[in-house]
Amino acid sequence: MISFKRLAKTCFTGIILSLSFTLGTSASAQDGKTLFQTNCAACHAVHKKLTGPALAGVEDRWPDKAKLRSWIKNSAAFLKTGDKYANDLYIEYNKTAMNLFTSLTDKEIDDMLAYIKTVPAPGAVAAGAATAPAADGDNTLLFGILTLVLAVVALVLLQVNSNLRKLADDRDGHPAVEPVPFWKNKSYIASVSVVLFVIGGYLTSKGAMDLGRSKDYQPEQPIYYSHKVHAGINQINCQYCHTGVYQGKQATIPSVNICMNCHLAINEYKGEKIYTEEGKEVDGTAEINKLYKYAGFEQGQTWDASKAKPVEWARIHNLPDHVYFNHSQHVKAGQVQCQTCHGEIQKMDEVKQFTDLSMGWCINCHRTTQVQFKDNGFYSIYEKYHQDLKTGKMDSAKGITVEKIGGTECQKCHY
Amino acid sequence: MEQKKHWQSFGELNQSKAYNKDVKDEFKEELPFVADDESKSFLNAKAPRRDFLKYLGFSTAAAVAAASCEMPVKKAIPFANKPEDVVPGVSKYYATTYVQDGDVVSVLAKVRDGRPIKIEGNELSPITKGGTSARVQASVLDLYDTARLRFPTIDGKEVTFEAIDKAMAASLNGPAVILTSSITSPSTKEIISQFIAKYPGSRHVTYDAVSFSGLLLANETTYGKRAIPSYHFDNAKAIVSIGADFLGTWLSPVEFARQYAIGKKLDEKNPEMSKHIHFESVASLTGSNADEKYLHRPSETGAIVAALLSAVNGQGATGISDPKLKAGIENAAKALVANKGAALVVAGSNDVNVQIAVNAINEAVGAGGKTIDWSTPVNYRQGVDADFARLVEEMNAGSVGALLISGANPAYTWVDAEKFKSGLKKVKTTVSFNTKVDETTELCKFVIPDHHYLESWGDAEAKAGYYSFLQPTIYPLFKTRQWQDSLLKWTGNPSDYLAFLKTYWSAKVGGETGWNKALQDGVLHPSTVITSAAASFNGSSVATAVTALLAGKKGGEIELVLYEKIGIGAGQGTANPWLQELPDPVTRATWDNYVIVSPALARTLLNIDLNNSGEADAYEVNPPKKVVKVTVNGTSIELPALIIPGTHPNTIAIAVGYGRSEKLGKSVIGSGKNAYPLASLNGASVNFVNTNVTITSTGEKYPVALTQTHNRYDTPQGNRTEVMKEITLAAYKHHPTEIREEREAELKPWGGLEKFESQGTIYPVFDRPGIKWGMSVDLNTCNGCGACVVACNAENNISVVGKPEVLRGHEMHWLRIDRYYSGDMDNPTVVFQPMMCQHCDNAPCENVCPVAATNHSSEGLNQMTYNRCIGTRYCANNCPYKVRRFNWADYTGADSFPDNQAGIVNDVVLDMNDDLTRMVLNPDVTVRSRGVIEKCSFCVQRLQESKLTAKKESRPMVDSDIKVACQQACPANAINFGNANDKTSSITKTRIENPNRQFYVLEQLHVLPNVTYMAKVRNLEEEAKNNS
Repeated sequence: MISFKRLAKTCFTGIILSLSFTLGTSASAQDGKTLFQTNCAACHAVHKKLTGPALAGVEDRWPDKAKLRSWIKNSAAFLKTGDKYANDLYIEYNKTAMNLFTSLTDKEIDDMLAYIKTVPAPGAVAAGAATAPAADGDNTLLFGILTLVLAVVALVLLQVNSNLRKLADDRDGHPAVEPVPFWKNKSYIASVSVVLFVIGGYLTSKGAMDLGRSKDYQPEQPIYYSHKVHAGINQINCQYCHTGVYQGKQATIPSVNICMNCHLAINEYKGEKIYTEEGKEVDGTAEINKLYKYAGFEQGQTWDASKAKPVEWARIHNLPDHVYFNHSQHVKAGQVQCQTCHGEIQKMDEVKQFTDLSMGWCINCHRTTQVQFKDNGFYSIYEKYHQDLKTGKMDSAKGITVEKIGGTECQKCHY
Repeated sequence: MEQKKHWQSFGELNQSKAYNKDVKDEFKEELPFVADDESKSFLNAKAPRRDFLKYLGFSTAAAVAAASCEMPVKKAIPFANKPEDVVPGVSKYYATTYVQDGDVVSVLAKVRDGRPIKIEGNELSPITKGGTSARVQASVLDLYDTARLRFPTIDGKEVTFEAIDKAMAASLNGPAVILTSSITSPSTKEIISQFIAKYPGSRHVTYDAVSFSGLLLANETTYGKRAIPSYHFDNAKAIVSIGADFLGTWLSPVEFARQYAIGKKLDEKNPEMSKHIHFESVASLTGSNADEKYLHRPSETGAIVAALLSAVNGQGATGISDPKLKAGIENAAKALVANKGAALVVAGSNDVNVQIAVNAINEAVGAGGKTIDWSTPVNYRQGVDADFARLVEEMNAGSVGALLISGANPAYTWVDAEKFKSGLKKVKTTVSFNTKVDETTELCKFVIPDHHYLESWGDAEAKAGYYSFLQPTIYPLFKTRQWQDSLLKWTGNPSDYLAFLKTYWSAKVGGETGWNKALQDGVLHPSTVITSAAASFNGSSVATAVTALLAGKKGGEIELVLYEKIGIGAGQGTANPWLQELPDPVTRATWDNYVIVSPALARTLLNIDLNNSGEADAYEVNPPKKVVKVTVNGTSIELPALIIPGTHPNTIAIAVGYGRSEKLGKSVIGSGKNAYPLASLNGASVNFVNTNVTITSTGEKYPVALTQTHNRYDTPQGNRTEVMKEITLAAYKHHPTEIREEREAELKPWGGLEKFESQGTIYPVFDRPGIKWGMSVDLNTCNGCGACVVACNAENNISVVGKPEVLRGHEMHWLRIDRYYSGDMDNPTVVFQPMMCQHCDNAPCENVCPVAATNHSSEGLNQMTYNRCIGTRYCANNCPYKVRRFNWADYTGADSFPDNQAGIVNDVVLDMNDDLTRMVLNPDVTVRSRGVIEKCSFCVQRLQESKLTAKKESRPMVDSDIKVACQQACPANAINFGNANDKTSSITKTRIENPNRQFYVLEQLHVLPNVTYMAKVRNLEEEAKNNS
C-alpha cells in the first residue's frame, strides 16, 4: 500500500501544480500620459499637427522652461507679454486660443513634457509588448508535461517495485501470489478513477464557470471602426467620443453627430493600410462612406443632422443585470486608466473583450488597487486610517485599497 | 408611569390560542409541496420516479443546450444625435406639479433616460416643502397605465384629431357647458373664459366628487367670499377638529401634515407641543393621531358644534347629554380659549350651518389672521353641489346643447348618477377629455385623450399668489392632446397651449429668463411671506344656523358615514395597483372597501365578541368576513364588515371610490362596491352622512385582505408589547428621563446602556471607519399616512402581488406601518410605527444564512444579495422585526419561463409586467426573481450615488447629498437619515438632542439596530394627575 500512497501523492502534486497558474496584469500607464490624454490630446498630437502644433521637441523650441510652463497654463496672458515666438505661433494657428490650464501644477506639466519625450515617432512603433502574453499558456503546458512524466515514472517505479518484491518473495521461498494484471488491480482502478474524477470535475466546473463569459469576444461591427486609427495613430482622447465616461454609469457609444464632427471634413482614409483579423485589407474610405449613409450625408451638401439614423453596434462588454457598474466611479473618482479593463485599445483595430469581466476579476482588482486616499477629499472622513498611515500602523506602500474601504462587499455592486 | 400595553390585534389582546400559535411561525402556511391528494408526502406521491426522470432529462438537456448555444449578439444603439444635456444612465430632475381634481403638490420628476420613474417633493415649494402623499408618489404609475386611452374616438371609432376638430366645428354652434373638477390653473381659466366669449351663453360648472360646498357657502354667508382660506396648523397651539380628516384626505393633507408636525415636534429642552382634540364618528387617520379623541353619532355633529360655540363663549357645553362627550367639548373649549389667537377649529361636515357655526367659533377664539389666513385663499376645491344639481336638471330638460367634460366623473360620483346619465343622453354634443375611459367618458360621443400630467404643460395656483408650474417630462406616449389645446383650437386661437402659457406668463415673470427660472424652480411665490389677514366677519347668520343645528333631526338606530380613503381618494386611486395594495392606515385592509363597524355593534349584529378569545380568533384568523347589507332609502349595498375599534357604536362607515368600471384597468376588477349612491343631496350640498340606515347580516362571507395580523412575532425573547413606547406630555415634563431609565434598567444585567454593545455579547465589537448609516423615526410627527410606503415601492421596484397573495400574507412591502392600539377597546389610543429592516449591526438573519447571501457591510448595512439567495428563508424566520419578504411566485416575470406565472399570479400582477408598465422600473435596482428574499436596503442605490457625487467633487459627504425615498416622501419630516459617524450630520444631532425619547425596538435582544425611534408623546394631562 505504500506504493499506492506514493502514486496518489505524485498525481495530486501534479494536478495542484497544473492548476496553479497566474494571471498577468497589464501595466498601468504613467501619470504624464494620463494628463496628456485628458488635457492636451483633444487638440495636440505628439508627432502630428492637429488643432495645435505637434508637440515632439517642444522643449527644444522653448529654451526657457518657466516660459513654456506659463504659456501652457495661460496662453492668453502669456501672449500679452509680447513674446515673439508665442505670438508667431498664435498667428500661424489662425489665432486659435489655447484653453486655460491654470489648475495644472508645474510638476504635472513636467510629467507631460517627460511623457512627450518618450513617445516614439510613428515609423518606429515599438514592438516590445508582444512576447509577454504567451507565457501563461506555456506554463500550464509545462506543468502538464511534468505531471505526465512524473506519473509515468511513478508507474514504472511501482511496476519495478512489485517485480522486485516478487523476485524477493521467490528467493525467500514464499509461495508466489498469482500476479494480478494492472487493469484488474483494485488499487490501480481506484487511483485512476480518483484522478479521472478530479480532472473531470475540474474541467466541468471550469467549463461551467466560463458559461456566459466571453473573453476575446470580437464581433463583426456594422462599420469597420478602427480604434487604432482614431485613438492610437491620431491620438484622439477617449473622452472625446465616450462623453459619458466621467459623468455616468455608461461611457456611452458616440452618436452619429459626434462622428460627423470630424468626418464632415475627413472623407477619405489616407493612413497606413488596415487589415482585418483574417488578413483582408479594409478600405477605410468605404467605411467612412458607410458612416455617411447612417448620417444621411451626401458629400458636397450641407448635412441635415435630423436625417441621421443610429448605428446598431454589436455590444461587446456585457455585465449581468444584477451588477451595477459605473464608469465615472472608476475613471473619475478612481482614476483608473481605460486600458486597465479594456486592454491596449489604442492598438486594436476592431475591439475585442480584453478581460473575462468575471466577478473574480473585479474582486482581485479591488483587493490590490489603491483609492485616491490622500488626494480625494471624500476620504478625509476616514480619520482613523489617515492616523494609522501617519503613525505607520498601516503599510503606506500598500496604502488604502478599495477593499479596505468596503469595496468587496456585496452591496457595492449588487443591489 | 406604568408603560401602557400596546396591542396590534384582538388575538394579542386576548392572548388567544390561535394568536400564540400563529406568532411562533414566520410563514402562515405549510410548505407549498403539492403532492397527490391521497398521499401525504412528496415521495409517496403517485409518479415520483417518472417526474424525477423528467426533471433529470430536462435539466440535462437544458444544460447541454445552454452550454452549446452561442451567446446572443446584443446591440448597443447610441443616439443618432445626442441631446447635449442628456447623459445615458444619469437621472435628471425636472420640476413639475402634481395636479388632480384640485389637488396641487409641487414635485420633481426623476427622469431616467427619457422616462419619469419617480416623483419627489419639491423642496422649494413654500406650501409643501418637499412633502408628498401616497397618491402623489403613485401618480407616476398612472402614466404607464395600460388602460390609458391611446387615440381619439367619435362614437367609439378611432379618428384623427383633424377629424375631431372638423366634427366639433360643425357641432359647436351654440352655447356649451364646460364641466370640470376644481381648476387651479389660471391660464386654463383664461382659456375657458375665451371659449365662453367665443360661444356666448356658455358657462363653466365646477363639480367636485367630494365637495366643500358647505364650507364655501358658509364662508360666503359669513365672510362674503365664496372661498376657502389658508389654514395654519403650525401656528395653532390648540386644534379642534370635528370630523375633518385633515392629515389624510381633507382639503390639502400634505400641507397640513407638515404644519401639524411642526406643532408636534418636541424640543426635549423645552417640551411644548400643540394640543389636538378630535371629535369623530368613525376611526380616521387624523383621529388616530389626536391627543384626545371623542366619539359621537354623525347626527350629533350639529349639536357638538353648537355646544362648542356656546362653551367657547363661556356659556357651557349645553345640550349634550353624553357625559364623556360633554367633558370633551368643555376640554376643547378650555384649550381653545386658553390659546386665543393660536387656536383653530375645523369641521369635515358638508353642512352649511355646521360650517357657519365653526366660523363663529374661530372668530371667537381669534383664529382670523393667525391660524386662518384670508389674504391667501386656496383653490383646492371650488365646486358647489347646487350648481351641478342645476346643470343636471337642465340637461334633463334638454336645454344643454353641448357638454365638455374634463376631470369630473359624475356618472360615477354623483349621488343620483342615473339622473345624470339620462340627462347626458339628451345632450347633443358630449365631449370628454380624459386619460382613461371612466364611467362618464364611456357615455360621451367625442373622446379626446388627454395628456397625463407628466406629459403636460401648465400652471397651478394652489393659493392666491402661490404658483406652481408643469412641464412635460416625457414625449406623449400615445396619440393624446392636452385639453387646453383643444379648447384653444375650437376657440379659433391660432396658438397652441404652450405658446399661450408662455405669453400668459412671460409678461408676469419678466420675459423669457423669468419664465425659464419659474419652470426650473417649478414654483413662483411672493418673495416675502404674505402676512396673514383676517376677513370681516358677519355674524348675523350664526344664530339661525345654531337654531337649525339644534333642531336637526335625531339619528336612527344606525347611522352611516361615507368617507374617502387616503390612497383611493374619491376614486382616483382605485385603478392604481400601488395604491390598492397600500394598506389603509386605519383598517390595514387592501384591495377592497367594506363596512366599518364598532366592536359593540359587532357583538349585537355579527355575534362576535372581541373580548372572547375564541370569537376574536374566528374573526381575525380567517380572512372571510361576514357580509352585511346596508340599506339607505331603498338603495342597498352588500359588503363585508370589518370591526374597527374607535368607531361609535351606532355608526357604520363605507369608503367611496370603489366598484369602478372595468375599463379603468385590471386593478379595479372585483374591487369593492360603489358607495356614492348612499349619499344624499340636501338642497345645497351633498351629504355624505346618513342618519338613519338599516344594516342586516346576510350570512355570507367575503375575504378581505387585511395585513394587520401579518408579520407578527412573539417569543419570550422578542416580546411584541415592548415594541412601542409612548408617554404623555405631562408625565414627560414631570420625569423626562423615564424612558431612558426604563431602558437602562432593562439592560442592567448586560452592563447598562453604555456598555451594552460590548458586554451583551460574545462577539467582538467592530470598528466602523468612515461611514455608518443610521435612521431615526420620530413617532411624534409620523402620522401614518403611507406616503413612504408607496415611495419605497416606486424606488425599489417592489412587486405588486394582488389580492389573493395578500390574503396569504405574501405582500412584498419593504416598509410597513404598524398600527398599535392601547387602552379601551371601544375608543383606543392609536400609534403608528413605520417598520423596515433595522440594519442590525449584530443581525440575527446574517448568521443563519447557509450561503452568506445576507451579510454586513462596513457601513452598517445589512446587505441582501439576490443572486446568492437560495430561498431557505431561515433569515426571515430569524428576523425579530419580520421585515424580510420572500418572492413566493414570479411576480416580476424575471424568470426565464413565462409559464411560471400562469395561474399563479393574477391579472393585476401580469399587467404590472407589461412592457409599458415596466417603464416605471428603476434601472438601478435589480428586479427580483422567484424564490429569493428581499428587504429594505436603506436605498443603497441612492447611498452609492451620493457617495460617488461627493467623490467626484473631492469633498466629504454632506446631509443634502442623501435622502432615502421614504424620508424624501414624508410630508411631516418624521424620518431622518444620514451618516451617524459624521458629528455634523442631522442624524447625529437628532440623536444627541433627543436622548430621553430615543429607543431601539427590541433593544434587549442585542441585535444593535441602526434605526432609532423617538417615543410618541401625547399632549395629555390626566395621567400626570394619576401619577403625581
